[in-house]
Amino acid sequence: MIAAGEGGFHAPTIDEFFPEGVLFEGTIFELNRIRLVMIVMTIVVGGFFWLAFRKPQVVPRGLQNVGEVAIDFVKFQIVDEVIGKEGRRFLPYLTTLFFLILAFNIAGIIPPLQIAGTSVIALPMLLAICTWVLFNYTGIKEQGLGHYLKVNLFPSGLPKVMYVLVTPIEFASTFILRPVTLTLRLLGNMMAGHMVLLLFFAGTSYLLFDAGALLKPIGLLSFGMGFAFTAFEILVAVLQAYIFTLLTAVYLAGAMSAEH
Amino acid sequence: MTPTDIALLAAEENKNPLLPAAPDLVWGGICFVILLLLFWKYALPRLQQVLDERTANIEKKLEQAERERAEAQALLEQYREQLAEARQEAARIRAEAQSERQAIIEEARAEAQAAAQQVTERAHAQLQADAQQAKAELSREIGRIAVELAEKIVGQALSDGQATRATVEQFLAELESQAGSAEAGRR
Repeated sequence: MIAAGEGGFHAPTIDEFFPEGVLFEGTIFELNRIRLVMIVMTIVVGGFFWLAFRKPQVVPRGLQNVGEVAIDFVKFQIVDEVIGKEGRRFLPYLTTLFFLILAFNIAGIIPPLQIAGTSVIALPMLLAICTWVLFNYTGIKEQGLGHYLKVNLFPSGLPKVMYVLVTPIEFASTFILRPVTLTLRLLGNMMAGHMVLLLFFAGTSYLLFDAGALLKPIGLLSFGMGFAFTAFEILVAVLQAYIFTLLTAVYLAGAMSAEH
Repeated sequence: MTPTDIALLAAEENKNPLLPAAPDLVWGGICFVILLLLFWKYALPRLQQVLDERTANIEKKLEQAERERAEAQALLEQYREQLAEARQEAARIRAEAQSERQAIIEEARAEAQAAAQQVTERAHAQLQADAQQAKAELSREIGRIAVELAEKIVGQALSDGQATRATVEQFLAELESQAGSAEAGRR
């Protein structure tokens, strides 16, 4: 992982996100570091919620308290706030989204995992497609295909001629750009975060141990920056999980109400 | 583009971070489905059940509290009524006692007055009787003394007993009238 070696400083490359397989090589179940991180974080999150609600009590104690607070955040701050009470039926999907993304993101700063499961495109893309399918399905089911398309592609109150311009834009923004931006926002943030952290820590290692004495203080500076960005990554991890879930809720809310 | 194609693409030398690798999709999908099922079928229903129970519990407690409050209120009203009744009763008893005391005093006073009256009257009667007796005795005495005196003064000369008696009677009547006027003057 650390690219610094005897022969001078090596900046981290895109290869970071294509680690070598360690198990089942050549099959579609091939395991590598990132996929192991995904599995570990799934076990952590799943285990936590499994324990929290194993014997749920009317008066909550311990883990159940934490679990309830965690789910209440999605329930009240996202679902109720954005969609309203009728959005509760999407709660399983939205809680899964939030905690899956949060856990995969936060893995990026947890030793020895230190890479986010969301820093390869598969998972963000998968989730974005799920969101896309879900909000379109909801829109068509709630409003009917014709009405749904009309509301989204031909917003009312515009002169007819404007539709030549507006309809393609609306089409692209609703049906193409939504999943693409969801995917790329999350992926980009997590890739960039990983690269920045790697750069600073690889730099620290190089400056402190391989470079000349004069550069050692800069190594400390590099370490400080790495530390600061680690803290920042916590914020990013939470924020990106929140944004992904929130936008999904917003799209669902739009699909549920006839006018948006 | 089938997953196999994607896998083939990802396996090629030019590593494109925008193309998902099939195993990433597989493992990511497995993780996603596991967590989705966990939340959907396990955590959220259990949480909901607990929340429903909690709601029912709180409602029950509130109802109970309301019922107990009403009961306490009724009890308080009852106590207040009883207290007011007791106060009225006490006031009534006090008033009764007051009037009874008054009556007793009046009665005692009347009795005492009656007794005093009786005593006075008895004394009066006694006095009168004594006076009467004294008067009778006195008049008898006086008659005797007067006769004696007259006999002594007149001597044995008075042979005509009848005339003598008449004189004495007259004298006595005079005496009596004198005594009566004296008594009237005393009153």
